[in-house]
Amino acid sequence: MIQVKKLNKSFGRVHVLKDIDLQVNESDVVVLIGASGSGKSTLLRCLNFLEIEDSGEIYIQGQLVDPRKDDLNRVRQQVGMVFQHFNLFPHMNVLENVIEAPVQVKGMAKEEAKKLALSYLEKVGMADRADAYSSQLSGGQKQRVAIARALAMEPRVMLFDEPTSALDPELVGEVLGVMKELAREGMTMVIVTHEMGFAREVGDKVVYLDEGRIVEEGTPEEIFEYPKEERTREFLSKVL
Amino acid sequence: MGFGEIFRSTMSSFLEATWVTIEITALSLILGTVLGLVFAFFKISSIKPLQWLANLYITIIRGTPLIVQIAFFYFGLAQIGINMDSFTAGVAALGIHAGAYIAEIFRGAIQSIDRGQMEAARSLGMSQRLAMRRIILPQAFKRSLPPLGNQFIIGLKDSSLVAYIGVSDLYGVALSEAAANYQQFETYAINGLYYLVLVLIFTLLLNRMEKRLDVDGGTR
Repeated sequence: MIQVKKLNKSFGRVHVLKDIDLQVNESDVVVLIGASGSGKSTLLRCLNFLEIEDSGEIYIQGQLVDPRKDDLNRVRQQVGMVFQHFNLFPHMNVLENVIEAPVQVKGMAKEEAKKLALSYLEKVGMADRADAYSSQLSGGQKQRVAIARALAMEPRVMLFDEPTSALDPELVGEVLGVMKELAREGMTMVIVTHEMGFAREVGDKVVYLDEGRIVEEGTPEEIFEYPKEERTREFLSKVL
Repeated sequence: MGFGEIFRSTMSSFLEATWVTIEITALSLILGTVLGLVFAFFKISSIKPLQWLANLYITIIRGTPLIVQIAFFYFGLAQIGINMDSFTAGVAALGIHAGAYIAEIFRGAIQSIDRGQMEAARSLGMSQRLAMRRIILPQAFKRSLPPLGNQFIIGLKDSSLVAYIGVSDLYGVALSEAAANYQQFETYAINGLYYLVLVLIFTLLLNRMEKRLDVDGGTR
């Protein structure tokens, strides 16, 4: 589904990603963990080309993507993204947020888009708030709408960039619940998170990054129960 | 003679001049808003020459007095063969003047929109241009309304300077009325009153517009 080869990325003099190799298979849930500044968010943002790599190769569904030549708007339609700060469009209500891209980008008829949007809002439990504006929603509700908005483009893979980090603790569960449901349905997902319990329960593969390198990757059991690397053990002892 | 008498004797010419002031303000602010939008885009554009052009425009306009700009447009351009009547020259000078300030207002508003908005739009497959039009500009426009309203009120009062190139606007009429009746105190006080009423009406309209656009009640 996604393959990354020898990816390097620097911001100015800071070398953020160093020779990253990553494989994301169809229907897999890949969880990226690591301290802040380890490069995990940057890696995720490279996968839909919000950040452009300096060198290396990224294949989306077997196709090598050249961000300097290819139509990234087309690539991004297949790669949905959910952000830490939701980024709902505040001048539009919930329904308008969700139909915006299908109508404006795909040219879908409004009525059809509304039906589609409502089905996804139903899925995240927000259909009854279709008329609300984002300022009237809680953080958890905003994030669920943001998930529906990304799903409405019917992407092949979903990226989640710390989707629960900005939420009050009591609202984390509702968002993780929606994500679990997506995983169960076989959605391919790459998730940056600090929710280790979630990573262990839902992840097919856990990838630990430190200082821009992949230190260790494996099944949740391998990483959480039997970490091979000293740095992984150290990190886990701090967060678990 | 008292206020009442002066008020009555100047009323018909002041009312006529009120229309001139409204016309010249409206036209110059429309011109200024169009110029402001264009140059705001130039300034945030990634094309360097457009940025330079916008910076040059804003620097010259903000760095020179409006009265000099008006004189330049009317007397200066006439000398090199570009003849405009005083009304047209006034509108052009005021519009170009306001445009520089409005450009900065729009640029600031556009850049104040959270980066995440553009990222979210792009992540959904929207092009830069589409995201600008559908996501950034509507929010930026709303955010620019309070400073824009402020600029419009300044523009209304600035329009009084065109009296110096012979336009019979509110201030122009005040000059000639005061010269004729020798009642400087009353005449200019009444003149100020006309401007004040215009500004109050303007403020009311702007507030109403701001409220109408405030559909979501918040910024995020």
